[in-house]
Amino acid sequence: MSVKTLLPSATPVRFLAEDGSRVELHEGYAEPAEDRLKAAYRLMVLGRRFDVQATALTKQGRLAVYPSSAGQEACQVAAALTLQDDDWLFPTYRDSVALIARGLKPGEVLTLLRGDAHCGYNPAETRVAPQCTPLATQTLHAAGLAHAMQRKGEDAVALALIGDGATSEGDFHEALNFAAVFKAPAVFFVQNNRYAISVPFEKQSAAEALAYKGVGYGMRAEQVDGNDAVAVLAVLDDAVRHAREGRGPVLVEAHTYRIDAHTNADDATRYREAEEVAKWREADPLRRLETYLKDRNALSEPEIELCHAEAEEFAQTVRDTLNAEPELDPMSLFDHVYAEPTRQLEAQRAALEAELEV
Amino acid sequence: MTTTMAQALNAALRDALKDDDRVLVFGEDVGALGGVFRVTDGITADFGENRCFDTPLAESGIVGFAVGMAMGGFRPVVEMQFDAFAYPAFEQITSHVAKLRNRTRGALSLPMVIRIPYAGGIGGVEHHCDSSEAYYTHTPGLRVVTPGTAQDAYDLLRDAIESPDPVVFLEPKARYWSGEEVTFTRTGPAMDKAVVRRHGKDVTLIAYGPMVATALETAEAAKDEGWDVEVVDLRSLSPFDDETVTASVRRTGRAVVVHEAAGFGGYGAEVVARVTEQCFHQLHAPVLRVTGLDIPYPAPKLERHTLPDVDRILDTIARLQWHDTPVVAGA
Repeated sequence: MSVKTLLPSATPVRFLAEDGSRVELHEGYAEPAEDRLKAAYRLMVLGRRFDVQATALTKQGRLAVYPSSAGQEACQVAAALTLQDDDWLFPTYRDSVALIARGLKPGEVLTLLRGDAHCGYNPAETRVAPQCTPLATQTLHAAGLAHAMQRKGEDAVALALIGDGATSEGDFHEALNFAAVFKAPAVFFVQNNRYAISVPFEKQSAAEALAYKGVGYGMRAEQVDGNDAVAVLAVLDDAVRHAREGRGPVLVEAHTYRIDAHTNADDATRYREAEEVAKWREADPLRRLETYLKDRNALSEPEIELCHAEAEEFAQTVRDTLNAEPELDPMSLFDHVYAEPTRQLEAQRAALEAELEV
Repeated sequence: MTTTMAQALNAALRDALKDDDRVLVFGEDVGALGGVFRVTDGITADFGENRCFDTPLAESGIVGFAVGMAMGGFRPVVEMQFDAFAYPAFEQITSHVAKLRNRTRGALSLPMVIRIPYAGGIGGVEHHCDSSEAYYTHTPGLRVVTPGTAQDAYDLLRDAIESPDPVVFLEPKARYWSGEEVTFTRTGPAMDKAVVRRHGKDVTLIAYGPMVATALETAEAAKDEGWDVEVVDLRSLSPFDDETVTASVRRTGRAVVVHEAAGFGGYGAEVVARVTEQCFHQLHAPVLRVTGLDIPYPAPKLERHTLPDVDRILDTIARLQWHDTPVVAGA
C-alpha cells in the first residue's frame, strides 16, 4: 500500500464541534446510526457515574486503587460498542468503563483493583483479556490472537487499548510490526490523554500525532477527536471493518484528556495547571453528545433523566457489590500456578494448611 | 545409527508437528535457513510455511505473539536463537507467559515452548554464551528443562510440547553436535524427573545440560583416584526432583553440584540448600559447587578458564576429604 493511502487525516476526524454542533464531515466516514449514538450516550452517563463511584470507594478503603477515565468516556464506550461478541478486547488498568460498556458486572471489573484476584471474569468466555498493568505488553498478545483467529478462519478482530505512554514501549512497536507483517485483524487504539502519570505528551514523543507511527509499519492509521463520541465510533467502526475484512491492522489515535489524576493516589496539581484542566472540561464528550442529540430531537429530557436514574441505580449496585467483602480462600493461592502442580507447591500447600489450622 | 542432539531435536519437532495440528514452530531464521544451529532444518520445506515460519527480528515480539497464539488455541514452539538475545523477551516470559494461568484463575493456559540455545564452550563472541537458567527457574509458573543427551533432547522436547504448562527449553549448544544412538519412540516421561546417569557409591555429582557429559568424563577419570562417582542428570531444573537427588546423596553421603553459570546467587545454591536440608544427617561433608566464575561470560579465547572441567571437578571432589576428617568449606 502506498504511503498516501496509509496516512491519517491531516487533522483529527471530527463530527461535532465542542459546542455540540455538527462540523464538516471528514471524507470516508459514515455517521453511526442514531440508535447507536443513543446507546453510546446511555453508556457514557453510566460510565461517568461508575468512575465517580469507584473513586469514592477508594476513599472508603473498598478499592486499593482506581485509575479514573473521566473525560475519556467517548473512547471507552466506543471501544466496546464497536466490537461484536466474538471479538477480543485487550484493556489496560484504566479501561474499566470499557469493560462495563462491554457488559461485564462491576464486581467482575473491580476485582483487580479491589485486590481480590488479578482478574475477576473469565477471559475465555467474555473475550476480554485481563486488564493489563505492564505497558503495551498486551498489544503483542492482541496481534498474536488476531493472527490465531485468522488462521482458524474465525471472522473476529482483536482490539487493544493503550495510552500515550505505552507508545514509547518497545512492545508497542513490535506489535505494530508483527500485526502488519502478518496482516493480523487487530486494531490498536491509543487514547492519547496527554499524560503518562505526570509526564506530558511533549516529553513522551516528538511526533505531531501518534497516528503517524502507523505509516512506518505499513499500517493504516487514523487520528480522531477522542472527545467526540460520534467521530470515535465512526473511525473505530471503520477500523474494525477494515481489519475484519482481512485488509490488515489499523492504528487509531484518539486525542483526549484525563480530567482526573493518574489514580486516586496521585496529585495532578504538581504537574499541570488548573487552566489546562478547565479548558479540557469545556471539551467534555458527554455534554457534547447530549447537545448534539438534543438539537436533533433524538434525545428528550425524560430520556436523559432516565439515563441518569439508571446510572444512580447502577452506582448503588457498585456500592452494594463492593461493600459485600467476599471471603478469600488462602488455599486458592496454589490453584492455578501450574496445570500440573509441582511437588514443591504441594508441600507448601500442606505447610500453609497446617499453619492456618494452628 | 548415531544421531546428534540437534538432529534429535529436529526429529522431536517433526514428530510433534505430525501428531498435533496445533503445534507451530516460529522465530527468527527458523524457516529457509533451518535455524542458525540447523535444529529446524528442512521443516518448512516438509511441513509448509504455515507450520514453521520466520518472524520479524524481535524476541519480545516473538514471545508476545506466541502468547496471543496460545490464547487462540495453538501450541507455539518459538526459538530465541541465543541465550542473551532472549532478554528483550524477559518481560513477556516472566510477566505473561509464567502468569497468565494464574492471573485468569485457570481460564486461560499457555501451552508453549520457548527454545533457548544456551551456555558456552563453542567459541562464541559475547552475548552468545550466557547460562540464564537461574532467571527462569526463579519464576513461578514456568517449567525449565535442559537435556544432557541426544535421547533426552528428543524425549524432553516431545514432553515439553505436550505439557499444558509453558516450558523454557534450554539447549546446551556445545552438545548440539554430540551424537549417540537415539530411539525415536519415547523412552518414558522425562519431564520433571532427574535421572541417575551413572551409578557409584562414594560421591554424587549433580549436573545438567552441557555439564552432564563433563560430569560423566570426570566420573571415569575419578576411577583412577579410587573414587566411585555417581552422576545425577537433573534434566528438569524447575520443578526440582528432590526424590531422585536426595536418594542418591543419602546413598553416597557426599555431593558436588556442577554448572556453567556464575555461582553467586546461582542455581547451584538452590540445589545445595535443598540437599543440605534433606540429607543433613547422611552428609559426611558439606555439599560443594563447581561453577563458572562470577564474571560476565568471557571472550572466547579465555572461556576455558571459567568453564568447569574435569580437573576442577576432581579437585573439588578431593576437598570433600575422603576419610571423614573435618572440612573447611570455601577454602
